[in-house]
Amino acid sequence: MSGAAGFFEDLFRGLLQGTPPGAVYALIALGFVLTYKTSGVFNLAFGAQAYISAAMYFKAHTLWGWPKWAALVVSAFVLAPLIGLVLERLIFRHLRTASAVSKLVVALGLSVALPELFNQAARFTAVAGRQITGIMPDGSSVFYDPFGVYRFNRDELAMMAVALAATLLLAALFRFTMIGLAMRAVVESPRMTELSGINADRTSAFAWALSSTFAGLAGVLIAPRFNSLISTDFFTLVVIAVAAAAVGKLVSLPRALLGGLGLGWFIAVFNTFLPRWSGDHTWLRPFQENLTPSLPFVVLFAILVLWRAIGREREASDPLSGVDPPPPALAALERHPKLTLFTRLFGVGFVAVVGSVVWFRAGVLWMHLVTTAVIMAVIYLSVTVITGMAGQISLCQGTFAAIGGFTIFQMADRFNMSVLAAALLGAGVAAAVGALLSLPVLRLGGVWLAIATLAFAFFFDAVMVKFSWVGGGTTALLTGTRVPRPLVGPIDFASDRAFLVLAVVVLVVVSVVVIQLREGTVGRTLTALRGSEVAAASIGISAARARIVAFAVSAAIAGLGGALLSMHQQNVNYSTNFGPVNALFWLVIVVALGARTVEGAIQAGAAFALFEPLILKGDLLAWILRGDDHLPGLFPIPGSWRLVLFGMMAIQFARHPEGLVEHGKRRSAARINRWLEAREGAAS
Amino acid sequence: MTPILELRDVEAGYGPFRALFGVSLAVEAAEAVALVGANGAGKTTLARVASGLVAPSAGTVLVDGEEIGSGRPSAWRFVRAGVAHAPEGRSVFASLTVEENLALSFHRAFGRAGLAGALDRAYELFPRLGERRTQVAGTLSGGEQRMLSLARVLVESPRLLIADELSLGLAPMIVDQVFETLGRIRAAGTALLIVEQQVGHALELCDRAAVMEHGLITWQGPSNEAGAVLESRLFETGAAR
Repeated sequence: MSGAAGFFEDLFRGLLQGTPPGAVYALIALGFVLTYKTSGVFNLAFGAQAYISAAMYFKAHTLWGWPKWAALVVSAFVLAPLIGLVLERLIFRHLRTASAVSKLVVALGLSVALPELFNQAARFTAVAGRQITGIMPDGSSVFYDPFGVYRFNRDELAMMAVALAATLLLAALFRFTMIGLAMRAVVESPRMTELSGINADRTSAFAWALSSTFAGLAGVLIAPRFNSLISTDFFTLVVIAVAAAAVGKLVSLPRALLGGLGLGWFIAVFNTFLPRWSGDHTWLRPFQENLTPSLPFVVLFAILVLWRAIGREREASDPLSGVDPPPPALAALERHPKLTLFTRLFGVGFVAVVGSVVWFRAGVLWMHLVTTAVIMAVIYLSVTVITGMAGQISLCQGTFAAIGGFTIFQMADRFNMSVLAAALLGAGVAAAVGALLSLPVLRLGGVWLAIATLAFAFFFDAVMVKFSWVGGGTTALLTGTRVPRPLVGPIDFASDRAFLVLAVVVLVVVSVVVIQLREGTVGRTLTALRGSEVAAASIGISAARARIVAFAVSAAIAGLGGALLSMHQQNVNYSTNFGPVNALFWLVIVVALGARTVEGAIQAGAAFALFEPLILKGDLLAWILRGDDHLPGLFPIPGSWRLVLFGMMAIQFARHPEGLVEHGKRRSAARINRWLEAREGAAS
Repeated sequence: MTPILELRDVEAGYGPFRALFGVSLAVEAAEAVALVGANGAGKTTLARVASGLVAPSAGTVLVDGEEIGSGRPSAWRFVRAGVAHAPEGRSVFASLTVEENLALSFHRAFGRAGLAGALDRAYELFPRLGERRTQVAGTLSGGEQRMLSLARVLVESPRLLIADELSLGLAPMIVDQVFETLGRIRAAGTALLIVEQQVGHALELCDRAAVMEHGLITWQGPSNEAGAVLESRLFETGAAR
């Protein structure tokens, strides 16, 4: 066989081999486009919905022994649309005219809450190694080999057929039917749609039922490809499939199909040839080892950055948005001066009491938790800057924090550098990376920026951490990424109390910086840009410069916080602290509680570290009752309640997108203002 | 006779901001009412309440003597009861084509069979739209977008048409043409509630006028007396400031 013929045969085999995974990406991308087109939600919870149907199918067919068709009907055509209807009614109906940030945050929250809720409700636990069986009879054991180079099994063929059929059917739905047109119209302006005499609520309920059914079907079809059912696998798959959806700019179904297949082909061909070439050219080897697992994320990032058409068009705005109440000012600006004075005094008193209790009474565990809360508040202030002030969604704050952590690890490990100096250096490095990252993604807005930063976080996770000059390489595997506590003159911060003081000092300094930034030119500029980029540009504001500054400052704060957290735990603990999926929920918790204020970040930090032990495990009650023996039988609340609370928080947040803390503040301010007015009225 | 639309002591606003403070107004069948007043007087809010886009915080809105939507904004019920609303500004679906924009309304009003005929009438009214039927509405000029949102309601000849700032952004020639069309559908039996800054045009078309100031209707009467009232009122409020 000649070399050229062998090359083409390998290429052809690579393409065929890439088709089934390409069909998986295509299915998810199609569902993603469908949801975006019909509800305007960048639905990162799509994977969670797919997971639930796959798990239901597994339970019904494998565990209960139902026939395949019955399991398929119940999981994909009954349960899935029901979930969609409930989500629409409880959450997304209220978010129809909300900002992209709010919708994305709710979707992210749901992507954790939904699978866990299902697991709790159905008492479902994934058993490793026990695979889900596909929908076809003998789906994984009967093969077809149409070209004599690669064998497809029945399940793969069914999946590819469904992807193709779905593309055609859905395209026809949008092209030829009124309901297809109405669904597109509702996304743009529910009010205008109503003025055309169409019931917008019913239309969007139908849209959610449809896209959720599709999610369920996709889940059941792709599940056989996993060794065991784990919801995070589905989430990662969705992030990858976004690359395919991006090819269709999130609206074109045929392009999403092609994008998915193209991605599958590209990866398969890449994996066919790179190992071979790197055998001849040794300089390719590190690329092969490090790039292969992150290839989808590199492709996604490249598409977002290089494809000029993406992100250029702004979201079409609702011409009747004037019907909505205007976004309220911060509650602090509206409330009565007396109330402000009172809350400040109360705040000082509260901090003093809690501080002295912690200082004099707390044991090691509580000292640890409070310190964690303080440090998380520092990290969360980075979200306040980038999302609250600049209105940009960054999903790689964990990466910036990790950069801070790894910097002090490396500096202390290799150069024996002072840890505090290394922490500042870490903040600097993170700021530099943040500024550099902001350059290619400058023109991306809203959800596109979110997904580009998420791709960066996954890339860092899959590639950069493996380098010995970042994550410590093989030595780190043996010894861990150890970080010492600082030692300044006579003060040894190895003492937990001393370290808590250091953390509090850092939090105060960073808070002051953030407040100064908000009140200063940068803050005003960012506020203007958040209002309208065009209007801001017309009065001479450079959006690019402001965004680079916002990214750099935010990354620096995250880096500093990450360094502190590593010092506190005396280890970087990359995957538990800063892994891309874990760090997503930083954004959720900060935005849900209030991203525009420093208090919001501090409360988010407290909630992150203290909520579970204090409230859920009943430790506060135990402490008040002086001993665990006095705990009533009701406590501790089982861990599953946390997720129920998480779901309820999403529902509440959908109604108050300014943040729950901010909403509470405004409500109490309004109540007290009314009371004061009534009293003054009575006096005069 | 029951009026098509009746507002009784309606209060409404946006969040903490109130725009209407107890407004009562009725529009009888085949009657034309002009709503005039200074900027910020509450005219647009009144139009939105009258078409179900904004739910009143107090008072009632009756269509044919019945309350619709039980206090929640539900414009589609108003539309199906024969109350059409052409909102102010560029009220089109920017991402849909001209034809899709129109089809959305016409399909409901005329059914699949009547769709083609309705589209033809729209393009007859505004030939410019016919030339751009496959163009995405967001790429039309401001005036063309206005034509599109008017074509949606003018072709339908509803029982009551609420039109907010019809003439804004249109060339004077087109404005004349639009008012001519309004006169025609009025003659065919459509009642009108017109919010208009071009007071002359509006008063000429309507039998009755209502003057709004600071969220209240302060004068109602025959439209030929409204001009004088308006002049003195605006002069007064101007002097007061």
